[in-house]
Amino acid sequence: MRLRCPLCGERDRREFSYKGAAVALDRPATEDWSAEWDDYLHNRANPAGETRDLWQHAAGCGAWLVVTRDTVTHAVTEVALARDAARGKGAA
Amino acid sequence: MAELRATTPCAGLLPLRAGAMWLEEVDPGRITSLMPGPGQAGALDAALHAAHGVGWPDPGTAHLGDGAAVIWTGMDQAMLVGPAPEPALAEAAALTDQSDAWAVVDLSGEDGPEALARLVPVDLRAHVFAEGATARTLLGHMSVSITRTGPERLRIMAFRSMAGTLVHELQTAMERVAARRGLETGAPDG
Repeated sequence: MRLRCPLCGERDRREFSYKGAAVALDRPATEDWSAEWDDYLHNRANPAGETRDLWQHAAGCGAWLVVTRDTVTHAVTEVALARDAARGKGAA
Repeated sequence: MAELRATTPCAGLLPLRAGAMWLEEVDPGRITSLMPGPGQAGALDAALHAAHGVGWPDPGTAHLGDGAAVIWTGMDQAMLVGPAPEPALAEAAALTDQSDAWAVVDLSGEDGPEALARLVPVDLRAHVFAEGATARTLLGHMSVSITRTGPERLRIMAFRSMAGTLVHELQTAMERVAARRGLETGAPDG
């Protein structure tokens, strides 16, 4: 498996470490407990198909990445900087 | 009272040679990490040009000047190698002295990329990884920075605490590539 880091180019999987679903970028705006917080902390989809994960290019540039890939075909369709993905949502 | 003497990270380990490859320790001078604040990369670029004659590098590139080099080492981070940083740089970036934190070695000879191909998951051959190209990657299990500084010269920076492992890994790979060359040509290796 290879991932195309937006900064470093295509690199081997061993340079990356996996964090989990990109749901972690969607922190609920309210501090009060809610179903949104349940989803944010605990509930994860396990799709046969497209999934968005957080990876870190830990042995490379250090950037956090949002990787869009297909769990059925193993195709990696997009790798974006998590910083850009978060700013796109207006989170930064 | 004990008299302390400074030693370099690879003291007693280098230089060494295998076939047509040479591994030497380099005294890099001062190493300072530069991390520009948000939106400050342009200001840092101008300050670097004014103070040291080199600019802020794009990802994967190094600016190798006469007295100073700026080597990209990560997202929003590069190392100024050589001179002490001008204080003016601090207006655009966070500066950290890392001079004693790195072991710096030069691997030269045309088979250098061949030896590193056994250790590093990045293609470092000259037609792909040209002079001025740099990469943060792995050498074995170690995090390193590798920069091409000449047609047959690669500069490798590893954490100082890993200097012994760095030399051991490189020596093993170099000797095996040299031995294979010896088999191919029928000439004695080493």
